[in-house]
Amino acid sequence: MRRDPSDLPRYTASERANHWIVGICFILLALSGLALFHPAFFPLTLLFGGGPWTRIVHPYVGLVMAVFFLAMALRFWRLNVIGPEDKAWLRQAGKMVGGDDHDMPAQGKYNGGQKLLFWGLVIGMFVIIPTGLVIWRAWWTPPVELVRAASLLHALAAVWMILLIIVHVYAAIWTRGTIRAMLYGTVTRAWAKQHHRAWYRKMTGDSR
Amino acid sequence: MALQSLDILRRSATTTPSPQAREAPAGEVAKLIDVSKCIGCKACQTACMEWNDLREEPGINVGVYDNPADLTENAWTVMRFSEYENTASGNLEWLIRKDGCMHCADPGCLKACPSPGAIVQYTNGIVDFHEENCIGCGYCVTGCPFNIPRISQKDHKAYKCTLCSDRVAVGLEPACVKTCPTGAITFGTKEGMRDQAEERIADLKERGFDKAGLYDPGGVGGTHVMYVLHHADQPSLYHGLPDDPRISPLVSVWKGVAKPLAMLAMGVAAIGSLFHYITMGPNEVSRELEDEMARENRRPPPPEDEP
Repeated sequence: MRRDPSDLPRYTASERANHWIVGICFILLALSGLALFHPAFFPLTLLFGGGPWTRIVHPYVGLVMAVFFLAMALRFWRLNVIGPEDKAWLRQAGKMVGGDDHDMPAQGKYNGGQKLLFWGLVIGMFVIIPTGLVIWRAWWTPPVELVRAASLLHALAAVWMILLIIVHVYAAIWTRGTIRAMLYGTVTRAWAKQHHRAWYRKMTGDSR
Repeated sequence: MALQSLDILRRSATTTPSPQAREAPAGEVAKLIDVSKCIGCKACQTACMEWNDLREEPGINVGVYDNPADLTENAWTVMRFSEYENTASGNLEWLIRKDGCMHCADPGCLKACPSPGAIVQYTNGIVDFHEENCIGCGYCVTGCPFNIPRISQKDHKAYKCTLCSDRVAVGLEPACVKTCPTGAITFGTKEGMRDQAEERIADLKERGFDKAGLYDPGGVGGTHVMYVLHHADQPSLYHGLPDDPRISPLVSVWKGVAKPLAMLAMGVAAIGSLFHYITMGPNEVSRELEDEMARENRRPPPPEDEP
């Protein structure tokens, strides 16, 4: 749905659905995982029907997320290859965070920060999925030293990904006019020109 | 399973003190297993199953006397048989060790457990699992340096020796102690058991076992199940009893420093984001750019309150 005929399509319905399946899985995994990570969060197990259910549900949600994250990563990885313009953008990112984004280098569909986030999450998934399988032990019991290492790595990868997602969610809230891209797929031309000038030019043929 | 509730020294996944008004009047307890007196009769295994009302399915003979071949959720103690060719004396020694929970003063299982109150340590030193609080995650298995807890395939709860906490609570000795026909297993205060071990060790040394000694490993803060070993310099001879057991550093980091650091990092990220928004304001599309776009489209600018 375009609210305005001049709006630019940013995500297809299928891309949005894929993103939100991963997002819902991530929230469920973060809540259930934190419940088992620190006693302060243990009451979160009540959201999942108690401790044993939290333990049972968590890995299955993890499998769903692994599949849909892979699908999403395959869709988007080409757009996230980091180039010189991204490095230039990242060097100036501090200025933008400080509230001044007037002369940021022109960015394609994703800026350098978004690309770093993408690869950060890919690395996180590369660690968290195999270590999760090791500590699951529903059908297979690996050597205990491996389970110990996997438990620590799983927790570290989880914290790493939660931190990235906090930044991801906040960046979407902070940059007004962004969340609609993931809700109904379009952004305004002004938004595109301000935040992703190279993408704006590509989409509109407007070379200014 | 607990009968008491006022004498809990430590409780899993709990950051405030547990009810501990009642202290063990005679101090900490201990079970002393004198390996040199053990004849491998397995009466202790039988007594354990009988008192705790557990029955291990009859297994198959795997070529050694160990039966069952390993600890299980129903077999909380197992006699481990090791043949040792002592090159110094030229003797073939049959080393028999009653395996089971060591009731560490610094219990790795309790440290690893994420479920509040699923594992407790009483003021008398006994480490007990409360299966009704167990969520079946198996973290206790990673915490244990002695490979003791077993997760039942039937109910996915963790089980291990309770040191007969129910019997001890009412002034009885553990069932294995009561039944041991040679007096190889004794029970009393930790201090008393140390004294008794000393006599036994002196006796063993007199009889040529000059490396005899007490196994009360300091790496886990000492244990409330101790062994008198004829070869205390090589505990691993006794079916792989760890020479220097300690909680794995991986588990110590995971269950120690990682927790507060992770909480701090996540808190800073979340609260920092909020305060960034409050101090910097949102990153809006510039009004100038919106007007420019609107002029191009020959349409009025979008309303100001657009999300």
